[in-house]
Amino acid sequence: MKSLAELEAIREKMKGKVAIRDTADNTVRVVVGMATCGIAAGARPVLNALAEAVDKQQLSDHVTVTQTGCIGICQFEPVVEVFEQGKEKVTYVKMSPEKARKIVEEHIKGGKVVTEYTIGAYKDAK
Amino acid sequence: MKELSLNILDIAKNSVTAGAKHIGILLHEEADGWLTLTIQDDGKGMDEETLRRVTDPFYTTRTTRKVGMGIPLLTLAAEQTGGTVTIRSRPKETHPDDHGTEVLATFQTRHLDFTPLGNVTDSLCVLIQGNPEIDFTFIHTAPTFSVAFSTEEIRQILGNEVSLAEYEVIAWIRGYIEQQYE
Repeated sequence: MKSLAELEAIREKMKGKVAIRDTADNTVRVVVGMATCGIAAGARPVLNALAEAVDKQQLSDHVTVTQTGCIGICQFEPVVEVFEQGKEKVTYVKMSPEKARKIVEEHIKGGKVVTEYTIGAYKDAK
Repeated sequence: MKELSLNILDIAKNSVTAGAKHIGILLHEEADGWLTLTIQDDGKGMDEETLRRVTDPFYTTRTTRKVGMGIPLLTLAAEQTGGTVTIRSRPKETHPDDHGTEVLATFQTRHLDFTPLGNVTDSLCVLIQGNPEIDFTFIHTAPTFSVAFSTEEIRQILGNEVSLAEYEVIAWIRGYIEQQYE
């Protein structure tokens, strides 16, 4: 049973963590396109997989998963963009929950871009 | 859309864009199979001209592309079961104290072309995660069960320091709603 007391415990635990994140300068922003096009193409499970993987890999102190509207490349949805400080933006296309988990593991945690899922690789293959 | 819950997610995002502080998502199922979906907000509303155009797929507020499929897709999902979509709106300009929009859709769930409701909890969690500052109320009633959830209560417990978008908070909300369906 999920109780309100459990939520209070989460609050006490999170309080300190939030302060640390606010001052961190190595932050990574993972953005999922969630307009009609993204939602219809399957962005919801991708977003959930990303949030879950970031938590599981214990990266939540410096990685945030957020949503945005239509990125303008609807044919490539679900689209995920990764913004890292001091680095060029990486755009992943045709995402699935499995691919999303791999990106968290190899790119966000491991620091190595999963080239095969990027928009550049997708266009080259065509 | 593969699930009606995805339409709900999509339409509720219009309320976010309209600057709503509070969004209500209500599902009511009758014993005769009729399902009523209501999405109501206190956003800036629409004037008659805009209201007339939202059902047109070639009308959109977005700037990246010139089509807006949200309302047309919901209308399709409703009408293919014999249901309807009604949108009422009170623009801020003419209704400074009670502005907002209400989208009401009806579906016959026993119709062959009814799109399964799918995971509404998931859609709600995505909405809260993406818009932790907005208050959401969710009520789902049916002859055999009743589910209710409001972020206002949660916000009171969390205070200002912890965002509703935190993974652990969202996971708690998911579990809290899911256990009501059991």
